[in-house]
Amino acid sequence: MILTAPLAALGRATMALFALIGQVTIFAVSAITHIFRPPFYGREFAMALLNIGWLSLPVVGLTAIFTGGALALQIFDGGSRFSAEAVVPQIVAIGMVRELGPVLVGLMVAARVTSSIAAEIATMKVTEQIDALTTLSTHPMKYLTAPRLLAAILVVPVLVAIGDIIGIYGGFLVGTQQLGFNPSTYVRNTVDFLQQSDIISSLIKGAVFGGIAATMGCYYGMNSGRGAQGVGRATKASVQAAAVLILAANFLLTSLFFTT
Amino acid sequence: MITFTDVHKSFGPKRVLQGVNLEIPKGESMVIIGGSGTGKSVALKSVLGLITPDSGTITVDGKDATQGDRDAFLARFGMLFQGGALFDSLTVWQNVAFRLLRGSLKRPKDEAREIAVEKLRRVGLTPDVADLFPSELSGGMQKRVGLARAIAAEPEIIFFDEPTTGLDPIMSGVINELIREIVVEMGATAMTITHDMTSVRAIADKVAMLHDGVIQWTGPVGQMDNSGDPYLEQFISGSAEGPIEAVR
Repeated sequence: MILTAPLAALGRATMALFALIGQVTIFAVSAITHIFRPPFYGREFAMALLNIGWLSLPVVGLTAIFTGGALALQIFDGGSRFSAEAVVPQIVAIGMVRELGPVLVGLMVAARVTSSIAAEIATMKVTEQIDALTTLSTHPMKYLTAPRLLAAILVVPVLVAIGDIIGIYGGFLVGTQQLGFNPSTYVRNTVDFLQQSDIISSLIKGAVFGGIAATMGCYYGMNSGRGAQGVGRATKASVQAAAVLILAANFLLTSLFFTT
Repeated sequence: MITFTDVHKSFGPKRVLQGVNLEIPKGESMVIIGGSGTGKSVALKSVLGLITPDSGTITVDGKDATQGDRDAFLARFGMLFQGGALFDSLTVWQNVAFRLLRGSLKRPKDEAREIAVEKLRRVGLTPDVADLFPSELSGGMQKRVGLARAIAAEPEIIFFDEPTTGLDPIMSGVINELIREIVVEMGATAMTITHDMTSVRAIADKVAMLHDGVIQWTGPVGQMDNSGDPYLEQFISGSAEGPIEAVR
């Protein structure tokens, strides 16, 4: 009995994990299908665009500019060990566009948007607002989930593009003001080095990460437990799940785009 | 007419409804009473499809509540939730006119607002409340807005979930009177769940008592005090002694 208890606990945890994966998958598929089926809620979509996109700009911009600047310093210092300081513009560009831009924007969106979606929907659930929606002939998946998911899929790539540009600009500022790079050479090296596939992969990552962030927020909100504790747990779990899934998806997408 | 036939519902090991049989005739006001956790809300939400019974059937005018067009089915209902369940992000008039701004009952915005203001007036609220947000209202006002939303689309059937919970006795009296007036005025079928005996006497045509997952007693409100049913008598008197176990 004592020997089998850990195995039983492991089995229960594994079963619970697979059940969760199944539930999230069914939820995500249902959410996606609701995007394409009427009725469509324009006001909710516009509000979601504003909340996920416009209001995320400050945090995305600040994160990107500091990261781009730090990246330039690191590459300059690391590159100087084998006389490769000149690659700063190229590595900053590739690093920001391929990896750091999408991942940091994804994580910032998970922190800011997933949490707010989960908390809002969970509060709606515990105060019976979701039930009220249903009794008012309004499908909660259509009214709450579909607009947020569509907005995130469309607007997070835009945030990523902005984050990429600001990150590169952060590297440019540090490179030209602190490390002595010629501004026009820096810009030319950046532009010449970046390929279209780098930019496309960055935007695709943004769409996937946006989808993950919104789905996790909606899923955990809709399935929240009762009371303030239920809302708190749903919010925490949504951010954790979104962050882990974004990093896992990043690995998979990077493997798909750049190693095949 | 709403008919429950042998309706069962369990949540894990907890058996909440264990064979509920009940008829609510068209145009009558049925109040379901019972202690906390006896499954009153579960019974009410089962009619609307918010909870799916494990077995048994619920029919509305002879048609299975789980079959057919959901939108058309739900359009016949209005519901006042215990806590109001008003949408925080919408103004009062947008809450009241929610159904009139979208879906099959959609009206032009101006007309929907006009109806909302008229319904607010019907529940005793002035038009200047229309542009406030629910968080700016007192509990009693939120209840009134919830009531206005429940009647906005002139439903045939109205559900009231603990309509006076959390209100002071005077405001409870006002809400009870409003509910009675509106139900009579609209000729609607009403189903109310409560454990407030003042509400029962003010609202009910008929009363049903739910205990241990079944309807223990049902009859006209006038016979409630002379029912001879020990469960109902204990509930009405509020005594700790009797067949209903009271946890101290």
